[in-house]
Amino acid sequence: MSTRDKILQAVKNNKPALIPLQEIPALLDVTEENPIVKFTAILKNLSTEVKEVDGWDEVIQYVSELKQQYKIVTVIDGVDGIVNDGADTINQSAAALASLDYALIKGPIGIAENGAIWLNDKNLPNRLLPFICQHLVLVIEAKDIVSNMHQAYRKIQVNEEGYGVFISGPSKTADIEQSLVIGAHGPLSLRVYIVH
Amino acid sequence: MTETASSFIAKSTIKAADLEHRRKINFNIDKYNATVPLGKQQFSDVAIARERAKNAKWRAIEHLDQYLEHFEKQITARGAKVLWAETAEQALQEVGKICKEKNCTTVVKSKSMVTEEIHLNHFLEEQGIESVETDLGEYIQQLDGEPPYHIVTPAMHKNKEDVARLFADKLGVPGGLSPEELTQVARQKLREKYVQAEIGVTGANFIVADIGGIAITENEGNARLSCAWPKTHIVIVGIEKVIPSITDLALFWPLLSTFGTGQKVTVYNSIVTGPRQPNETDGPEEMYVILLDNGRTNLLANPAVREALYCIRCGACLNACPVYKNIGGHAYETTYSGPIGSVITPHLRGMHEYKHLSYASSLCGNCTEVCAVKINLHELLLENRHEAVVKGESTLAERIAWKAWKASSLNRKMMNMGNGKMKNWVVNKVFKGWTAHRSDLDFSQQTFNQMWAERNKE
Ligand code: SF4
Repeated sequence: MSTRDKILQAVKNNKPALIPLQEIPALLDVTEENPIVKFTAILKNLSTEVKEVDGWDEVIQYVSELKQQYKIVTVIDGVDGIVNDGADTINQSAAALASLDYALIKGPIGIAENGAIWLNDKNLPNRLLPFICQHLVLVIEAKDIVSNMHQAYRKIQVNEEGYGVFISGPSKTADIEQSLVIGAHGPLSLRVYIVH
Repeated sequence: MTETASSFIAKSTIKAADLEHRRKINFNIDKYNATVPLGKQQFSDVAIARERAKNAKWRAIEHLDQYLEHFEKQITARGAKVLWAETAEQALQEVGKICKEKNCTTVVKSKSMVTEEIHLNHFLEEQGIESVETDLGEYIQQLDGEPPYHIVTPAMHKNKEDVARLFADKLGVPGGLSPEELTQVARQKLREKYVQAEIGVTGANFIVADIGGIAITENEGNARLSCAWPKTHIVIVGIEKVIPSITDLALFWPLLSTFGTGQKVTVYNSIVTGPRQPNETDGPEEMYVILLDNGRTNLLANPAVREALYCIRCGACLNACPVYKNIGGHAYETTYSGPIGSVITPHLRGMHEYKHLSYASSLCGNCTEVCAVKINLHELLLENRHEAVVKGESTLAERIAWKAWKASSLNRKMMNMGNGKMKNWVVNKVFKGWTAHRSDLDFSQQTFNQMWAERNKE
């Protein structure tokens, strides 16, 4: 018998008999009255700079300012005035990506209850991108912010997308004496644009 | 007494009296205690959330074989390879084989208790492969040549001065750096390692059955880098980590982060469902998932302690345990310490060698009270004691003593025999084991019958 079959057999032989499960009330799925306010407040608490803007002008302006000084990659589609150059990262080595100063990425879902933004393979030409850059800027459209994770999971189809991640804040650690340090292995800072 | 038991007693005796050690641990745990209640506010009802989580794990364990097969089928279809390992040796062999194939000289690792369980670093070292821990806490521990002290906070027993000294010693950086500076040093050093590494090894917090994926949660970003930077990604995970559905993550991720660190949410919550797909442009070229048994089916076979498999390794029971808080994580000399470690280790590694851990508890029940998935930890500790006795693991002297105790307790005549002095002598001097770590018993000079008679005279 293969190891696989041996383990599965051991599981089959030893697993508990089926008994009806206790009914437990579902957790509340409360829709926020104002998800954007909540989203912003939570993110600010997570050491994130939040900018709420009307239209894309400010974002476009920001991108062009960054471009003059830094090495940046922008993964934002369908906005006049912003060039999506994410495809350039496809064949770049990780070592090359590590020298990237800024990555700007648009996410499809934001979650008010914990300030998380979902990214998946569709928005990520390169899976390393949001982790390897020095500073990360995430962009989300106001209409894409849902109240909670329950609502988010209803929108997500990871098995079609291959890989996905919820990002809430810049990387951080508290491994030394529980003192919070922003900027561990991932980006040193996070800025979020909420676009109306 | 076995050697492991006497070593445990010796080490815990020393640690319990080490005030500096106690101060550091309490400092850390106090900070944890201050943030957890804030994190819990995110649940409309924490009790119900824990109950639901327990229910989901219950379902997962009831159908464990189907879920594992379903997971395997799904993730294999997307190009990952699933390997099964009954023992630590088998898991190590599989890793060894992959490393050989890839001519691997450097491995980057993110935090994973399972890799501690199988002693992966030691194995790789023997093969001449450098294995680098990338989680900051684990990195600190690796620099110091110590195993992790705590399942969530590996370097909990070191203060910032200790870490600064260690970095100065081992990495040649100036002494007295702040936590911020130390973190940046580690970031730089580790980025160099990521560049070299051919293989990244991670654990998994959950095996998500319905979509056939693994879920990893973290703050630092090192696990993400470990699984996407090198060309090959190896996941090693215990078979009990299954949850039925991706929608269960809506509950388990917040539970784990709140009960583990007091955060509402951790920074990165990733779901990986396979290596780079043909239509995808990056990600690791190959992904292996090693499903490890290593004694878990023993736990499954035992209805009395089976629920210990629900554990999500949040570490809350460690932080709540008065024994852990005094003797610390290293005295146990096991991969999993604290209450959950004392419950599962005898089943994973042998009752004979590890039964003594069940006694390292005051049965106060605080572990059960705080457990994220409501495992009845203190009752399971009691159950382990019971099993040890049933299996004949107790010593002859203990068996005789309890037999005599039982016989005399059931017999009024025997209870009235002899005076208090003699009873004191029998218990305190003849059964010396009792008084080795306790103060002497002091029996009443009168028997109960005498006292009763006197009282009723009045
Ligand atoms: S037993 Fe419960 S409290 Fe302890 S680590 Fe596991 S889930 Fe957390």
